[in-house]
Parts: sequence; C-alpha cells; structure tokens
Amino acid sequence: MWITRVLSTALLTVGLAAGPAVADSSPSPSASEDSGAPTQAGTSFRTATELDQGQQGTAGGSTGDYLYWSFPADTGRRPDVRATVKLPDSHAAQTWQIDVYDGLRRRQSCQYGAQTRTAAQGAGTVELACVLRTVRAWSEPWSDDPLPGTYYIRLTVLNLSSADLGQPVSAEVRADSKDIGGSAAVDGSLAKPLVPGIAVKSESGDGDKKAAVLSSFGSDDGWSSGWWTDRWVWTGIGGVLAALAGIGGYALTRGTGRPSRVPPGA
Amino acid sequence: MIRTQRPAAAVCALLAALAAGIAFPGPAVADETDQAAPKVELVLDVSGSMRTADMDGGTRMAAAKQAFNDVLDATPEEVQLGIRTLGANYRGNDRKEGCKDTAQLYPVSTLDRTEAKTAVATLQPTGWTPIGPALLKAADDLQGGAGTRRIVLISDGEDTCQPLDPCEVAREIAAKGIGLTIDTLGLVPDAKTRDQLSCIADATGGTYTSVQHKEELTDRVGQLVDRAADPVVTPVATEGTGQCSSAPALKSGLYTDREEFGQQRWYKVDVKPGQELRTSVSVAADRAVDANYGVLLRAVTVHGREIVRGEASGTGRTDVISTGLRYPKAESDDDEDTTPETVCLQLTNSFSAAAGVKTSPGLPVELTVDVVDGPSKAGDVASFGLGRGWWLLGALVLAGFLAGLVWGWVSRWRVAVWRTN
Repeated sequence: MWITRVLSTALLTVGLAAGPAVADSSPSPSASEDSGAPTQAGTSFRTATELDQGQQGTAGGSTGDYLYWSFPADTGRRPDVRATVKLPDSHAAQTWQIDVYDGLRRRQSCQYGAQTRTAAQGAGTVELACVLRTVRAWSEPWSDDPLPGTYYIRLTVLNLSSADLGQPVSAEVRADSKDIGGSAAVDGSLAKPLVPGIAVKSESGDGDKKAAVLSSFGSDDGWSSGWWTDRWVWTGIGGVLAALAGIGGYALTRGTGRPSRVPPGA
Repeated sequence: MIRTQRPAAAVCALLAALAAGIAFPGPAVADETDQAAPKVELVLDVSGSMRTADMDGGTRMAAAKQAFNDVLDATPEEVQLGIRTLGANYRGNDRKEGCKDTAQLYPVSTLDRTEAKTAVATLQPTGWTPIGPALLKAADDLQGGAGTRRIVLISDGEDTCQPLDPCEVAREIAAKGIGLTIDTLGLVPDAKTRDQLSCIADATGGTYTSVQHKEELTDRVGQLVDRAADPVVTPVATEGTGQCSSAPALKSGLYTDREEFGQQRWYKVDVKPGQELRTSVSVAADRAVDANYGVLLRAVTVHGREIVRGEASGTGRTDVISTGLRYPKAESDDDEDTTPETVCLQLTNSFSAAAGVKTSPGLPVELTVDVVDGPSKAGDVASFGLGRGWWLLGALVLAGFLAGLVWGWVSRWRVAVWRTN
C-alpha cells in the first residue's frame, strides 16, 4: 500500500512537472527583442525610462546628469545590469557609477561587477556592471532582499573635474537576468509585485490607458505565479527513487528463486 | 498548468484593453489636450555677449536661432511652448533698467510655428543678463494646468544683476511646489557661468549642459522639449508635521514635501488587517551639501513602538538619497474586524548644508505610498516546504530501502509464525 501510494504520487508529480518546466524556461516577464528600445533616459525615479529585459537602452546626456532607467525582474532570476558610457574626446579622469534600486527605492547591493569605475584621462569609454542577488518570492519586511517588481538603474558620474561638467556623453544600458531555478525558491509570495504606484493603478482601473503611472509593469500579467519550482521534480524523483529502493529492499529480504505468492510491490 | 494560464491571462488582458478602449475613448483624449498639457518655456539670453562668433564659425546668437528653428519644427503637438528673452531690449548702461529687461517673445500656448519663427528671427543681441528676474517671470508664465512644467534656459554668461542670486530664485520657484524643472544650457561657458547654471539646474532637479557646437544645442534643446512631452505622474503637495498626532493622513499616491536639515517629518497611513503598506521616500540634495548623508524612514505605531524602518546612507555626489519600507499587517482572527491601524511614518535626514549655503526652504522630499493586499506568509524556508538536491535524494532512497527491508523481514517473520502455528 505504502509503495503504491508513494509511486503514484511520485508519478503524478513528475507528470505534472514536465509541462510547466518547459513553459517556464522562457524569460519572464515579457522579455522582448523588438526594436522599440528606448533612446532616452529619465532624470529621476519618477521619470525613469522603462526597459524590458534584454533591451538595449541608449541615451544622450551631459556629464553630471543622473540618468534613470527601470526594468522588471521576476522571482527566481538574478538580474545583471550592464552599462557603457561613451565619454567625450578630451576629459580629465572621471569616476562613474551605476546604482540599482528596487521598487521601494532601496539601494540593492551588487554581488559582483564593477559598479564604480574610474576612466583615465582621455579614455573613450567606461564599462560598468552590477549583478544583483537573486530575486526572491517573499522576504520578511525587515530584510531588504530583492523582491519581484520594478528595478531602477541610476547612472551617474561620481567624481569629475568641474571643467568636465555638462560635456556631452552617451550611454548604453542593458538589463538581463539568469534563471537561478529551484535553489532560490522560497515559500510565501507577495500579493502584488513591488511596482510603485500599483495600488493607485488598480484602484483607477484601466479606464484611462493614457494616464501617467509611476511604473507601468503589469500588475497581474507576466509575473510568475510562484507556484512552480523545480523542487517539485526533485521531490517527485526522490519519491520514485525511494519507492524503487523500497521495492529493492523488500526483494532482498525475500531472496532469489523463491516462488512468490505475493507479487512485489503489492 | 502555467502554460495554459498565461495565454488565457493575455487574452483576458487584451479583451479588457479593447473593452476599455471602446468604452472610454472620449474623456481620455480630451483630458490630454487641455488640463494636463505639458508646458515648456524657452528662456534665451539675448545679451550683448551673444554677438561673439565662436560657435562653428557663427555667432552664438545665430546658433541659438538655428536651434530654435529646428526645435520649433520638431516640437510635439501636445506641448504648449513659449519663448521668453532676457536682455533683448534695453541698450543703455543703467543697471537698474537693464535688470528689468525680460520680455515674453511668444506666449505659452499651442504652437504656431510660423509665428514663433518670425518672432525669433527679429532678435538682436543687446543688453544685460538678468537671469533671476527672467526665471521668476517665466515661472509665472507657466502657471496653471496640471501638466509638467519645464524651463529651458540658454545663456552664455553669468547673471549681471546681483544681489538677486538666480540660483536661490530657482530654489524658491521649486519650493512653490508647482513641479517646475529648469534645465540650463551654457554656450561656450566659463567657470563662473558653469557654476551658476549648474546650480540653477540642481536646485530644481534639472540638468546642465555645456554647449560648444551648434548641433549639440539643437539636439539638446530638442531632447529637453521631448522630455517634457512624456506623461509623468504629478505629485500631490503635502506637509508633514512634527508629531504623529497632527500628521497628515495619506492614501495611496505620490506626494511631495520639504524637509529642512535636521528636521523631522511625520505622516500617517491607515492600514487594514490583511493589507500591506509600502512606502518609499527620496530626499533630494538640491544645493551644495556635505559629502556624507543619510535618510531614515520609520514606521511607528501610535503608541510609539517601531514596527519597521528603512534607512540609507551615502557618500559623494548625489541627486537624491532614498529608502523604503514594507509593513504587512497580519490578518485579524476575527473576519469582521476591519478596523484600520494608523501607522505613523517618521522621516529624518542627515544631510548637512555646505558652508555658506542657505538652509531654507527645506530639501525636496518625494514620498510614494501604496496600500495593497498583504502577502501570503511563508510557512517554511523552501517553496511549499519541498526538498531539493542530492542529499534529499540520498535520504529518501535510504529511507525507502530501509522501509523495504523492514517490511520484507516483518512479512517473513509473519509467514514463519503462521507456518509454525
């Protein structure tokens, strides 16, 4: 009885698992490679230009500007932000920095990547990178773990000689993410992703589509339900193997060549 | 399961969008044109120094005219654009008169390109550089309406009308809370001009650009006008108080306030059981501040117990320092009980003004409040308490094997007992 139960649950779990495993491998939410990549940047959290993951945002600006972009990041993914700044022909040494903030405007630490870099005098470009921690489905309110929702990128020069202020620069920014999978799957989930202004948005309904919003990343669409993780597969396979090992152990005690009145596994 | 869920959700969203589009085509458009139309005023320095011929062979004035022509052609339809000049009319040497010399060349309104271009063509570099008075007048020109407001100031020299410091004028304009941004462009600027123009820009959250070439000027002004056309959420002005009991009650939305150095600001928000409060705050450094700074946002009960805090600190050049917090209020045991809890929010900053910098008006504060449904709490570290990894498999296999063995032995023993009986 025990074995059949375990077997059937395990098989059922694996059967269920096979479907979503394929579906979920597509990047989320709403990653697209279309050509509508933004060609400007915002200058504050409020005006940040929205990027999809995998889109290359470009912008022209002046040295000293604070350039803002935002992108969505979903549960189980580890965002990876990269920026390249093309500097003017002649300039003194400058230090550039990218900062990433979450939907609550809390600064998020970079695990690795050159978040701050100094361009030597006359250098043509400076490349910056920031790999965030993996986005979790839930965390305690007292921690600042990254949660699914909007992420803001701020690119700016940190140190410059005053003569370089206002010189034209251009920047390229790109946010990608890596699927970390079940090892980062935690229990619990947020009712709504951490998208600023989401409460206002859901109150007003979708009557006036044109109305400005703080962040337009969908409230219900595109975000993972948080139900699927590859832990189902591991646990299911574990159950199947346990069942098989159980059968094996049982068979061992019965010896070989003995006519069995009871079929194994019953 | 999810595979079918997603397209279904997409179809639903599409239908909803279509339905919404059919149901409300009128008002959404009407609103756009009238109330929320973005307003931009280009403020051009027409002082005598604009005659200098150092921009790609032409005079600064010629470059500015060229840029204005191009920008007027490319201005988005919905933008209401005006042009104001400074130092365009008074030729004399009387400083007092010269410093009043600012005039509206083209009123802020829906653009008539030909008319505006004709007006620009008449400009001749003439007089003084009264930046401060021009900014004040420009702010008046942009009064009214709910859209974004932007001044683009193009100048080639510093203000010649001290003691009215244009930088402080800009800060005062910003402090009126009408959401006005001033972007500045310096034409072939010297160090003093650069400092002044960048100070004006910083004071209002705008940008400063130094321009050496004609093309740069056109590109940048065009970019700034386009930026004004992007729809942006307009924050609601609020005024936090010194203690929670008298604090303004906030609902979900975006707010602005001012907070002086070392001041405390209190706000309060009602949160029902099962709801989550999310709030984030940005304190902007709109003037020269010392290099080390921070911000602290605390959620406190009415009795003064701290629930959760958000804090951030930083060092070096910055525009804002921001932090945020979440407070999910637990479901109450009694389903009927929906009495909201008043959560007090205390905001403090640890900016310090650099030497010789005025401390009033306070630093601009931006506050977002979202009250949403609460999260479903985690009952375990792992998702649904499921396991993962080779150790799990090993443990399960071992347990299964042992169970099989035991069962086998037990049944052998039972057979043996049955036989002997």
